[in-house]
Amino acid sequence: MTQVLIAAAILGAIGLLGGALLAVVSTLCDKGDNNEKAALVREALPGANCGACGFAGCDAYAEAIANGTAEANLCAPGGKETAEKLSKILGIEVVSEEKVAMVSCNGCSSNVDTRFNYVGIKSCVAAAAVLGGPSACEYGCIGFGDCVSACSFNAISVTDGLAKVDGSLCGGCGSCATVCPKEVIKIVPKLKSAKLLCNNHQKGATAKKVCKTACIGCGLCAKKCENGAITVENFLAQINPTKCNACGKCVDACPQKIISIF
Amino acid sequence: MNNPSFAQMIITVLLAGIITDNMVLSKFLGICPFLGVSKKLNTAFAMSVAVILVMLVATAVTYPIYVFLLIPFGLEYLQTICFILVIAALVQLIEILLKRFLPPIYKALGIYLPLITTNCAVLGITLLHFTNQRIIDYAATVPGGYQSFKLFALCLFNALGGGLGFLLAMFLFSGVRQKLERSNIPKFLQGLPITLIAAGIVALSFLGFAGIV
Repeated sequence: MTQVLIAAAILGAIGLLGGALLAVVSTLCDKGDNNEKAALVREALPGANCGACGFAGCDAYAEAIANGTAEANLCAPGGKETAEKLSKILGIEVVSEEKVAMVSCNGCSSNVDTRFNYVGIKSCVAAAAVLGGPSACEYGCIGFGDCVSACSFNAISVTDGLAKVDGSLCGGCGSCATVCPKEVIKIVPKLKSAKLLCNNHQKGATAKKVCKTACIGCGLCAKKCENGAITVENFLAQINPTKCNACGKCVDACPQKIISIF
Repeated sequence: MNNPSFAQMIITVLLAGIITDNMVLSKFLGICPFLGVSKKLNTAFAMSVAVILVMLVATAVTYPIYVFLLIPFGLEYLQTICFILVIAALVQLIEILLKRFLPPIYKALGIYLPLITTNCAVLGITLLHFTNQRIIDYAATVPGGYQSFKLFALCLFNALGGGLGFLLAMFLFSGVRQKLERSNIPKFLQGLPITLIAAGIVALSFLGFAGIV
């Protein structure tokens, strides 16, 4: 019995001593924090140390904001809440840039042909490894739903061989875009703008052969756009969502009817 | 064999710590930082310096606790939990002091210092002082055994050797990893798998030193 008591006493004493020492030293040494702004910013950040901002951690990011060397809207997990807090501290308006995923493909099974009958593992990555996948369009959605299982918000569903993102559920984390072997899922700013539902870079005639709703790169949308938001690169229209004002002229102009506004 | 002199013992434990009894490559302690921060040479160096520092300080504190507190009361079985407690508090203390008085060093060590709190290489070296056969044999020839100052100094050198061994392993391995970055690795081996395989090969090559010290 005394053995146990001695053991407990010694261990307890060491613990108490260490704790007391730490408490004393930290109160003595805590006065040196002169960068108040950085400390305030640090308080407002979520403290997840995830590194999404591109800095080594919340401490490093807070310091960079306080020094004015970094934008204040880079904190992804903080989102709107953190942005609001930061704008109070810094006295400037911080707009958190919300992102959303979109599938830039309209190739459901009635629109796009298949090249062969694929009977392997029901996974996009596996299917893409076999001659680039069963779909005739080598740029389009394969539709086995690797993105569905990657999504932690239950925002993606596959209907008729085509993945669809529910924008109201999507958190914009981008994990679907990383697993997609065709890179057909794009992470775009959460703005109401015109979106092109095609990823095919082939020439117009070839693209039209493989899919009824392929972008043929005609450039009519770019001509109609009054804000210069659309350019055609590599036979595929590119829409800049920050310039787009969702007027809808490109939607009417598109001969393939694959631009939509949401 | 004759009883080795103190100077001989110092050289022996240093060499053993660096080469034959290397913390990472032959005892498999401290694998976490070994894999985690060996991507770049400069972070590997910062981490290793922090580890050497903490190993020395931890030995200096835990050695007296073990020899003068735990052994007299027959509480050797408490050493693990006791050392964990002491090392955790110690690292916090060093961090606070560095932050206040030597901010440049605090910045350079950055996240690596708190990481050491849970580094098994540090706990390992403080425990291994008392199971190292060389040190036990030497303690038997010195009057006073573990209570003599000579043994305390020897254990500090043992800690230094362990730390330098960690530094060597980190340096070698960060070189290997920088080569790996630029080579064409099959997708299923990319990242951790190829890193672990490379670590195994580096450890194997260290087997060649067996028997030197």
